[in-house]
Amino acid sequence: MIFAIILLPLFSFLVISFVLRPFFNNRPQLSAYTTICAIVGSLILSIWALIAVNGAENHVLTSTSYQWLAIGDTVINIGITMDSLAAIMVVTVSTISLLVQIYSIGYMKGDGGFARYFAFMSLFTASMLGLVLADNLLFLFLFWEGVGLCSYLLIGFWFHKPEAARAAMKAFVVTRLGDFGFLVAIIFLYVKTGTFDIGELHELALAGVLGGSTLTLAAIGIFSGAVGKSGQFPLHTWLPDAMEGPTPVSALIHAATMVTAGVYLVARMFPMIASSETAITVVAIIGGFTAIFAATMGLVATDIKRVLAYSTISQLGYMMLGLGAVGIGYASGHLDGHHALTLGVAVAIFHLFTHAFFKSLLFLGSGSTSHATGTFDMRKMGGLRKVQPWTYVTFVIGSLSLAGIWPLAGFWSKEGILHEAHAYTPVLFWLAMITVFMTAFYMFRAVFLTFHGEYRGGKEGSHSHGLHESPKIIIIPLVILAIFAVIAGWLPVGDFLGADVHFSFFGALTSWLAWASLSFGIAGILLAYIIYVRKLLSAKSIGQSLGPVYTLLIRKYFFDELYERFFVMRFLVDGIFAVFQWIDTYIVDGSVNGIATITVAGGKVMRRLETGQLQVYGLAIFIGILAIIAFLFIFS
Amino acid sequence: MDFPYLSTIVFLPVIGAIVIALLPGANPRRIKLAAAAFTAVSFFLSLALFSMFDRSLDGPQFVEQLSWIPAINVQYFMGVDGLSLPLVLLTTFIGFVAVLVSWNINLRVREYFAWLLVLETGILGVFCSLDLILFFIFWEVELIPMYMLISIWGTGRKEYSAIKFVLYTLFGSAFMLVGILLLYFQAGTFDMIALAGMGLDSILSSMMAAAIFFLIIIAYAIKLPIFPFHTWLPDAHTDAPTAVSVVLAGVLLKMGGYGMIRVAVGIFPETAHSYAPLFVVVAVIGVIYGAAMTLRQTDLKKLIAYSSVSHMGFVLLGIFALSQVSMTGAVLQMVSHGIITGLLFAMVGLVYSKTHERSIPRLGGLVRQMPVIAVVFSIAGLAALGLPGTSGFAAEVITFLGSFGSTMVPGIHIYTILAITGVVLGAGYILWMLRRVFYGPPRDEYNGVPDADKLEKVYIFAFVAVIMLIGLYPRILTDIIKVGIQTITGGL
Repeated sequence: MIFAIILLPLFSFLVISFVLRPFFNNRPQLSAYTTICAIVGSLILSIWALIAVNGAENHVLTSTSYQWLAIGDTVINIGITMDSLAAIMVVTVSTISLLVQIYSIGYMKGDGGFARYFAFMSLFTASMLGLVLADNLLFLFLFWEGVGLCSYLLIGFWFHKPEAARAAMKAFVVTRLGDFGFLVAIIFLYVKTGTFDIGELHELALAGVLGGSTLTLAAIGIFSGAVGKSGQFPLHTWLPDAMEGPTPVSALIHAATMVTAGVYLVARMFPMIASSETAITVVAIIGGFTAIFAATMGLVATDIKRVLAYSTISQLGYMMLGLGAVGIGYASGHLDGHHALTLGVAVAIFHLFTHAFFKSLLFLGSGSTSHATGTFDMRKMGGLRKVQPWTYVTFVIGSLSLAGIWPLAGFWSKEGILHEAHAYTPVLFWLAMITVFMTAFYMFRAVFLTFHGEYRGGKEGSHSHGLHESPKIIIIPLVILAIFAVIAGWLPVGDFLGADVHFSFFGALTSWLAWASLSFGIAGILLAYIIYVRKLLSAKSIGQSLGPVYTLLIRKYFFDELYERFFVMRFLVDGIFAVFQWIDTYIVDGSVNGIATITVAGGKVMRRLETGQLQVYGLAIFIGILAIIAFLFIFS
Repeated sequence: MDFPYLSTIVFLPVIGAIVIALLPGANPRRIKLAAAAFTAVSFFLSLALFSMFDRSLDGPQFVEQLSWIPAINVQYFMGVDGLSLPLVLLTTFIGFVAVLVSWNINLRVREYFAWLLVLETGILGVFCSLDLILFFIFWEVELIPMYMLISIWGTGRKEYSAIKFVLYTLFGSAFMLVGILLLYFQAGTFDMIALAGMGLDSILSSMMAAAIFFLIIIAYAIKLPIFPFHTWLPDAHTDAPTAVSVVLAGVLLKMGGYGMIRVAVGIFPETAHSYAPLFVVVAVIGVIYGAAMTLRQTDLKKLIAYSSVSHMGFVLLGIFALSQVSMTGAVLQMVSHGIITGLLFAMVGLVYSKTHERSIPRLGGLVRQMPVIAVVFSIAGLAALGLPGTSGFAAEVITFLGSFGSTMVPGIHIYTILAITGVVLGAGYILWMLRRVFYGPPRDEYNGVPDADKLEKVYIFAFVAVIMLIGLYPRILTDIIKVGIQTITGGL
């Protein structure tokens, strides 16, 4: 039964690829319906699983495992586990995926690759569900790369655009850099412990059998995979470029699900990673730093999807910070065992859960605006609230939720993380508070630039015939997501994950922390209002007065230049590798050809001796005999 | 004596070659059909062998043993075990597909197919021989058709590449022959099974064992090839006709890996153990250096050729990590690389035959004009970069698991980690190549260029099916390979 959650969308992928596309290519809608049916099936099974897990002993449903490999003592099994963490994830993934697929029917209408799009989306959903359910690291890695592949295919969906092809490749290669560490860690762990099984690894780590530098190195290796997948610093550069893909793809893969796989991985491995104080400190620092680092770039981006992309990186940083902060509390002994381990997972996954709704809402909303204007450049938008009231209202709800305004979903989950950060990582806590301010500012900057003021687009966009509200099939998913963006925070996700979370609708407003973060958020919104609506301050003059800082931000701290132009091209491909090529041509192959040339030349020299004249040979024989006789005489 | 399966499988192609040579009339279609029929029967027979093979027995099966030159105790001794059977299957598969790949050959058709079939017999013979003289003869037989095929039906500097390939291989063979003769005078037999069971490491002086070991292994090092003996490979691959590149990458290189395991490590496990660090270092250099060279290439075919150098580094690493898992991984990597790179060369051939262009900067946006070729090329590329679900991943991860955990070589985990960086570089060169060739804006000059035709689709999809099958269910091969490897690692 649990396997069916993965198999349904996989089956949909196969049907679309091998039946619908070759034989029913004139009716592309069929592929959308197939995908949606499969995902509805997965969603129903996921909800069933959620309920079943809640009632099950130890909150775990296990399934049979299969032997994938057996060589001597090396036996690799693959199987799946449904526990509370997995249950929350599968429900989130299939819900968002379903809404995104419905939206896509409207958004991708008329695209030549309609069937291909849904085939990839099915494959993605299957891989993502598999990733969540896998019970051992190697099997998880299989799906981990599977979602990476789908991300590659969908970013490059419009492959004729050079930027899309470039972004797809960048996404794959940069994440693979992180996966390198992940794979090494998996192999390392296997060699040290003889198992890939996540549950067994936790037991070994908690029992102290797995510890010391082995544990730290393995944990950091696993985290490096998460850094790549979740776009954390320093492997964040691929995610903004990934916005070249279709917007529903950004909503599903690059906001709600795949990029959160890194957070999920750290959460899944939390008992093991948190057992190493060094590793968990790295998680906290990378997370906290990424949160503010990405937010600064979001302040100046002019493309609405890129603002959202930086926001996603930043929010993923929050989730990592949540895990890291609790982990530090655990590793330093401030929190007791079982409670700490569930608490860390609970705060991070709760934010992952609420974020999935409001961020996919925001992405889909930006897609709706582009449906009207044909652009994602906020400088060419403006005034859309009049023509797109539904999009506007839902977008504002999403933004408020992201900004962490009470009582929307984002408030609750962000509060949880800030609370833990305040307790165990005070420095990172203050960075996170500044990030709250920045988040509110850049989101409302986007709201005001897009929906307020006057329309600045001029010429009509490619999608549109004049400005208009999007069709119902696009609006309905927005409205559903907006409802979740409000209420998702009220759901007892933390309790379900086993952490004792006290939920009190008004009681939350009694803590100073809530008021502090609310005031940071509201201050951000107000500043955006002053600059972009009241225009009391000019954005341009602020930018100019901060000249170099502005340049630094708009050029994304020059990381693209550093990585791609300098490191990869100058240093490696046109540097060291060019030297290798020179060596290969002139030394390695040169010596091969050299030996050949010497042989031929030697032959030419020797050939002169073979004159063909009998007299010369006779003379040589005569001299030779004389020499032998002389030799014998002298030495005998 | 049972039905001589192995002799039938090995000699069917050469009988086919004779039939083709004698076939009356010059109808090229009939020649091609005959070639396809003989190779297909050979392939199906080896499939039957694969299903009949007893997976619980180590030691050779389907043995045929006859005295051949009694004076020096040379035998006609054939047999397959878990190590050689997958390679036999790979060879007959690639041999059959190579005929299909060559369907559009129009120049001197009769000779071409005759040579192609002789080549297959030569390679199969190497994998089935259990007598060193027989082995050596088959090893040399393969050179003549290769020389003809590259120098007549090749492109570019084909004569140079053909002669370079032949001389380089002969150079190695000369050493191997000396090694084999030394071995005979020391041990008194050419029987590979008997030699492997003698424990020659301890009988012979360590100097003598090392001398024979290195004399023999030079030939395999050139064939595999390992750094720095690899420079014949890009030339030969690039200038060979497509089907020959497929055979070359698909199975010919594997003769090197097979020889290393069967002859060098199999007969001298302890000597191999002493010198393993040297080979492991060379393997890592090969992986990274090969990948670096691949990133520099602008010729599509040369790019794939250099990627082989990198991938063969994984094979070498697996062999000289000397654990059962790592060597099983190495053999699986040989089979997997044979299928994947065979397909990649076939795809390069298709692209070239349609566009008449191999220079990457002059290609681009082809996915619009040739969607099927683009999709299959991409799948082959993803398999080459080791995407899970493909045979490339299964083979690499088993090799890495085995080598990382090996206790035979000090510091092996550092070398393994270095080798794994090759996987990142692999993603780089494969995806960069795919992007430059297939993606981006379509080019007008390739408008109207045809996509793969029916026959081409049949064999490229067959390749893809095998890649996925091994990737999802590697036990189909590892269960056999491990039995063959067991007898070899048992000596350590």
